[in-house]
Amino acid sequence: MIAAVLGVVIGLLFTFWNFAGYAGFMALDALTPGFGGLVAGVWLLGGVLGGLIIRKPGAALFVELLAAVVSMLLGSQWAVETVYSGIAQGLGAELILLLGRYRRFGVGTAVLAGIGAALFAWTLELFLSGNIEMSTQFLVIYLVSLVVSGAVLAGLTGWALTRALARTGALDRFAAGREVRGLA
Amino acid sequence: MTGVNPLALCVAAVLYSLPLLTSVDIVSAGAALGIWLVLFTALGITPATIVKRTWPLLLAAPLSGLSMLLYAEPGGTVHLTWWLVTVSDNSIELALAITVRVLAIGVPTLVALVGIDPTRLADALAQIARLPARFVLGALAAVRLAGVLAADHRSLAQARRARGLSDTRSPAGGLALAFALLVTAMRRGTMLATAMEARAFGSGERTWARESRLTRRDAVVVAAALGVALAAVGLALATGTFRLVGSGGGA
Amino acid sequence: MSAPGTSRPARIVASGWGWRHASRRHPAVAGLDLVIEPGERVLLLGPSGAGKSTLLAGLAGILGDTEDGVETGALTLDGVPAAHQRGRAGLVLQDPEANTILPVLGDDVAFGCENLAVPRDEIWRRVTRSLDAVGLRHPLDRPTAHLSGGERQRLAIAGVLAMSPGLLLLDEPTANLDHDGAAEVRRAVAQTSTTLVVVDHRVDEWLGLVDRVVVLEPAGGLIADGPPDAVFARAGSALEAAGVWVPGSRPHVPRTPPLPRPSSPDQPPPRSPVGPGPLSPASPSPADPPLLTAAGVAVGHGGSAVREDLDLEVRAGESLVVTGPNGVGKTTFAFALAGLTAPLAGEVRASAQLARGTRSPHPHRWRARQLLTRIGTVFQRPEHQFVTRSVREELAVGPRLVRAREQSALVDELLERLRLTHLAQAHPYTLSGGEQRRLSVATVLATAPRVLVLDEPTFGQDRTTWTELAGLVAAHVDAGGAAVSVTHDEDYVRVLGDRRFHLEAAPLESQSAAQEVRV
Ligand SMILES: Nc1ncnc2c1ncn2[C@@H]1O[C@H](COP(=O)(O)OP(=O)(O)OP(=O)(O)O)[C@@H](O)[C@H]1O
Ligand SMILES: Nc1ncnc2c1ncn2[C@@H]1O[C@H](COP(=O)(O)OP(=O)(O)OP(=O)(O)O)[C@@H](O)[C@H]1O
Ligand SMILES: [Mg+2]
Ligand SMILES: [Mg+2]
Repeated sequence: MIAAVLGVVIGLLFTFWNFAGYAGFMALDALTPGFGGLVAGVWLLGGVLGGLIIRKPGAALFVELLAAVVSMLLGSQWAVETVYSGIAQGLGAELILLLGRYRRFGVGTAVLAGIGAALFAWTLELFLSGNIEMSTQFLVIYLVSLVVSGAVLAGLTGWALTRALARTGALDRFAAGREVRGLA
Repeated sequence: MTGVNPLALCVAAVLYSLPLLTSVDIVSAGAALGIWLVLFTALGITPATIVKRTWPLLLAAPLSGLSMLLYAEPGGTVHLTWWLVTVSDNSIELALAITVRVLAIGVPTLVALVGIDPTRLADALAQIARLPARFVLGALAAVRLAGVLAADHRSLAQARRARGLSDTRSPAGGLALAFALLVTAMRRGTMLATAMEARAFGSGERTWARESRLTRRDAVVVAAALGVALAAVGLALATGTFRLVGSGGGA
Repeated sequence: MSAPGTSRPARIVASGWGWRHASRRHPAVAGLDLVIEPGERVLLLGPSGAGKSTLLAGLAGILGDTEDGVETGALTLDGVPAAHQRGRAGLVLQDPEANTILPVLGDDVAFGCENLAVPRDEIWRRVTRSLDAVGLRHPLDRPTAHLSGGERQRLAIAGVLAMSPGLLLLDEPTANLDHDGAAEVRRAVAQTSTTLVVVDHRVDEWLGLVDRVVVLEPAGGLIADGPPDAVFARAGSALEAAGVWVPGSRPHVPRTPPLPRPSSPDQPPPRSPVGPGPLSPASPSPADPPLLTAAGVAVGHGGSAVREDLDLEVRAGESLVVTGPNGVGKTTFAFALAGLTAPLAGEVRASAQLARGTRSPHPHRWRARQLLTRIGTVFQRPEHQFVTRSVREELAVGPRLVRAREQSALVDELLERLRLTHLAQAHPYTLSGGEQRRLSVATVLATAPRVLVLDEPTFGQDRTTWTELAGLVAAHVDAGGAAVSVTHDEDYVRVLGDRRFHLEAAPLESQSAAQEVRV
């Protein structure tokens, strides 16, 4: 249930970022090749946050996907492609958590999950946005900035947000919340 | 789009977009977009409605093209180079194709999907697609919260003012408020889960008050969507303009 | 599992039952032994925090698992543990807002039936029947977001009635309702024949409807149990001492009488003060201008007015009550008066004395911090105004902002007076309904504002807290402050209604319906 709420809230955040972030993305992208990836991390947040808070298999994917669906239904500029991206990005984060066997939820895992989501996003966009036709330099720069952004804006931010939320007591129903508050 | 099952619309959107995604060429994309504009006019969907539902897309499409124009793998005559920017025949062709492709995929799907009734979509997802009720209804109930969030935002701002904390105009105040809103949303989620349990949610088999069914009409919509995509791609193949994504440039 | 028809009334057995919330050291309920026979109607009473809501949640099977708390003893419905029988009991939660689940009215009522696998045709029959029963006559596709507080309460009850549960559990179902709304809810309940457990502090109204009264003891066990007449006759004064409301007894709160005011032609002369009452130089004199004046004020939401042409003066040393049916705009008006929202038309003006040190005579233009010592607001929904993680921090917020001296002593005193000391470290959101209400009032009193605006300060309060809260407001007013209280509570009006501002449910056209009545 929290997963669903998280998904919807993040979907709203996406919608906001679809305008604010996209402006930055495009400004960076038009001026410099590939640096637009630097702001994209926010779109990867859903998977990280979902995974860290709920700690169950599938949570990262579900949250990111639902967020994408919500943002599409509100009229995202990428239409159905939003949903494909959501699936890929969620899977990226999910995979990292799976590798940690859903037992590690520290800052390291968070950053890796952000990077995982970034890698998957990059791969999908090769086809989805036809990025595969781009020059190699562009693709490398885009990959690096996407990974950095995923690590910081999705990974670190996601981790910090989880802790901050836990401290407010809003997550007491989850292990993630009780751990931080020293209740478990 | 009333009367069409929302699930059919979603399936149609997917089936329609996949073939088009295989190619970056202006013929398939242009043809598909053209067919839709004609169809929409025939269905009485006004240009105003289309613009209202798709305006972010209309802004984004040329920008995607611009990025392609400047940084795509060079091919054919090179017109301009500056640092990493290379404008070549290939990149011009790609830029046009991508711009039109973004529109061709985005416009019809947004026109069809924006404003879908989430309740009907949930009904369809659970009854026809047989997704687990827990997920579908959880998501549906959460969507209602999105509406409540606006009211929450207002009362949180008032509460913070009453408690002397912040005048929410400042950036710091704004951030604090945004975070408070997130916390409220989480709490509401927990409360909602309790309320749903209090009405026997998750106690076993359940029925659905409203039946969701697929009709012939839905089949027509799905077939039409797939048909348009295949026709467009077919046209590109026939005219030899089809260009598989990643097949490399160099005309 | 549950038959789709009407289900049999359930039998409740609690043997040595108890529950401790995971984040608490002491159990909320302990050692409870209780048998309720099928079809019995029970009024469950007990002081605030005694564990009433916890018991109802236990009966509904929604307390959760071992991660959420520790269970002792056994709590069964028809011999099967309640936790395994979700749906056998239907519960209306204490927080009225928490009960709404789906976006439109009809679906929301149908939700419970669907979960019980009731066949489709039967669902819609039940939906119409239960909406009728609670007197909610909107179209089924009406968005639930557009319902007023009272309508929402009815919707919640309809949703549970439609499940036709073997056990109906109602947690303060009428606390936020006006008189008519409450009566309608009780009528709806009276038509059912299942086992019923209802928690409600308005004892008198339920007497004709229940055949048994059970009073929970905070430490565990029962203070009293039996037919209403017998219980109140035998244990009446003991119950009163324990903080439980008893039929017919009116709480008493000492007041120094309000100051005489110059009488205006359309008002009866004010009561004359009993005895001279020493007036210190700081005390307000009747000649002082009103602290707040609302003139031609219109208030509303999103630019559309709910009320127009409201005129009101708030005077030092006077306690004013605002009354009126659900949804007439009392809260909306109170917010404008308190400087939290700008009026749509007209103006709310503070006296020069109250506005001293600020940049405007209009409270909504003041800084948040300037409001603290001038106008304090208690929200209708306590949860809305909590901003920290513990009861103690919550109380410290205001004093810290206004740089009060002796902050921790002040906080300690407030904790003590409102009996929250044992909860100082608890998270505000985990408090019981009554505890939350006390905390929200205490946070506002902590900065000693000159004007208090209180939205339903006494709803859902036990007798002890009620007296305490009313006493605090009375003391504030008698010391020269002003109070404006929105309330449905006639006892409160009797004690603190120096003047009454009544909003009549009226269409916008004939807006002269707001009238002042002297009590
Ligand atoms: N979710 C929770 N987590 C921790 N403690 C809780 C929780 N809910 C209730 N409590 C505590 O359990 C005790 C009993 O609370 P409960 O809500 O059952 O009281 P109540 O009798 O309904 O009181 P009121 O009349 O004020 O609503 C209180 O001390 C309360 O603070
Ligand atoms: N956030 C909102 N947006 C739009 N309309 C609202 C909002 N809040 C309240 N209303 C409407 O404004 C009217 C007045 O609401 P208000 O909360 O002031 O009533 P009230 O007199 O305090 O009622 P109650 O006794 O139920 O608390 C109602 O019709 C209500 O439906
Ligand atoms: Mg309670
Ligand atoms: Mg109100």
